Amino acid sequence: MSAKIEAIRQIARRLLSEGKVDMVIGFRRGTLPMMNEPCFIRKAEEADRLVWDSHCGINLANYVTDRKERVAVVAKGCDSRNLVNHIIENKIKREKLVVIGVCCDGMLDKRLIASRSREEAGAEVDAVEDANGQVTVKAGALIWQAPREELLQDNCKRCRHRNPVLCDELVGEPVAEKTEDDYEDVKRIEAMSSDDKWAHFEEMLSTCIRCYACRNACPLCYCPTCFVDESRPQWVGKSQDPIDIRTFHFLRAYHCAGRCTDCGSCERACPVGIPVRQFTRKLNKDCEELYGWQAGLSLDQRPALDTYSPNDPNDFIR
Amino acid sequence: MKVIHIHKTEWQGGLDKARSGYGLYGPVRQGQDDPVFRPLGPGEFPEMSFKNTKMSPKELVHPQSEPLFRYTLDPQAPDHDILKEVQKDASPKALLAVRPCDADAFLLVRRNFDTPVYKDPYWVTAYESFTKIGLACNQACSATAFCTSAGSGPFSDAGVDVLLVDTGDAYLAKVITEKGGQFLGACGFSAPAADGEARIASLREKAEATIASFVHTDKLREQATIELYDAPFWEDVSFACINCGTCTYSCPTCWCFDIQDETRGKQGVRMRNWDSCMYPLFTLHGSGHNPRGTKLHRVRQRFMHKLKYYVDKYQDGIQCVGCGRCIRLCPVNIDIRNVCNMMNGYTACACAAS
Repeated sequence: MSAKIEAIRQIARRLLSEGKVDMVIGFRRGTLPMMNEPCFIRKAEEADRLVWDSHCGINLANYVTDRKERVAVVAKGCDSRNLVNHIIENKIKREKLVVIGVCCDGMLDKRLIASRSREEAGAEVDAVEDANGQVTVKAGALIWQAPREELLQDNCKRCRHRNPVLCDELVGEPVAEKTEDDYEDVKRIEAMSSDDKWAHFEEMLSTCIRCYACRNACPLCYCPTCFVDESRPQWVGKSQDPIDIRTFHFLRAYHCAGRCTDCGSCERACPVGIPVRQFTRKLNKDCEELYGWQAGLSLDQRPALDTYSPNDPNDFIR
Repeated sequence: MKVIHIHKTEWQGGLDKARSGYGLYGPVRQGQDDPVFRPLGPGEFPEMSFKNTKMSPKELVHPQSEPLFRYTLDPQAPDHDILKEVQKDASPKALLAVRPCDADAFLLVRRNFDTPVYKDPYWVTAYESFTKIGLACNQACSATAFCTSAGSGPFSDAGVDVLLVDTGDAYLAKVITEKGGQFLGACGFSAPAADGEARIASLREKAEATIASFVHTDKLREQATIELYDAPFWEDVSFACINCGTCTYSCPTCWCFDIQDETRGKQGVRMRNWDSCMYPLFTLHGSGHNPRGTKLHRVRQRFMHKLKYYVDKYQDGIQCVGCGRCIRLCPVNIDIRNVCNMMNGYTACACAAS
């Protein structure tokens, strides 16, 4: 891990001292275990602030949206796919962007580690070490261990694009990629009856506090005014009414259709642990089945839902 | 001050006796997660062994969504187009096992809702209906708790009517107010504790020693407001923020709200909802202008309000009790301790120029 940190710092130092970019966006060490804070540096001598480890799950593409400076950004596989999205959707200019791609081993699931620590040690996590495929967690008086593959975020366990799909600088050695996602989680919900699905989503959203952290952590959500924040006219109520809560979650997911890279930032950011990826993954699965489309893999192809061909095989659109 | 001895075997029986006179509210655990406050049904008892609740009990007094008036737009109805006040429940309630920081927070919030000039009837009615039974923390709830340097503490009895101290097989109940004494009376708890005050003092000292995290607040008042406002660190502080508002919703001392009318069919309700300085609609003017139009403005507002404007206005410390929830729940690890220390230690001069 520390080799990656050193490489990121060297690249950042070089890009800034050579005047290639105005700022570098990366992570700095957090104040809590399993947390790093997105940050920027503007001077080469600040490069030593940058870190990299298994707790960089927030998607940094979210921090380059509409930036006017020349920006270098540290990007794991999913972040790089969102940068591709951003370029296609004109949220950043390719020539103003330097992608410091990091070959990613997957991010650790902080919620899972915290809850296992509670179960096994009845304590908060004090420290997490991740070396040689093994994670060692210190919680109170107890130390417990598990293979890192077990403790990865769900999206990282399923990820097929850990290596950056777009980069100008590469950190680390490319890792072997999975070739398939079985979408077993989505299929399980698809198999439910309508009533069971309704009950399932009702229960799932019952703890939502409408903070919109899922939306705000997502690089896809950059509307100048989100529909839930529109006040003239106001589309959605502001209370804890379950209808408004559902409306928000369903519409948010649909706005991400054909664009979502399953980076997991939304779930990671949710303060109450709602598995919101269940919505976006259903749409990812549909896009893949209907159009053979995965978002953010190429600068040369228009996204599934923003293209039209006279030869479209479907009747409804002709 | 009177200290009552309650053997733990008597605790639930006592609460059962109190049920006829009080609605009971307390922490309830759901799965592995931290407990949440809710009304206790018959046969339900408060969780007494927990660090702190996930969210603070502020929502019991200041609900996230609270109906104030109802109305009908049906022209056939005799009372159409008339706002009718929603009756508030003023019946006596007991808030059991509230942690000292969260009880203390009610006093901070009270400064906004219950002043000599303005009394918010909804907040005041709810607040006064509660008898608050505090539960002292024998040890720090988390490495992020900094209550002792935020004007509160693990044994603080500010804002509670009774403070319970867990001694293993019993609770020492320190009676702070008459209201608290009445609740203990309703429970039938009356055995005086031998050496109560001394034992509490010694446990308090041990508990305070476990608080490992601190903020510095001594220079906040003398800082010049404009210089802090213009300090160069806000871009750095706010950069990671996603403006989700989790910090403000989880904060026991954040009190901002917004009023909305919602109509469905011909029936409507005027309600007030929690607002958050993190949101783009917060302080949005009718003209479309928002003086806090960017993330930097919003983040700065949150910290300046808690750590400067409040400090200056009320001259009684910061608008924070050090519970640490905002630090633990922030998705991007923005840490109020760092920001507080930065504001406290700030010297305008070369830094501003660089």
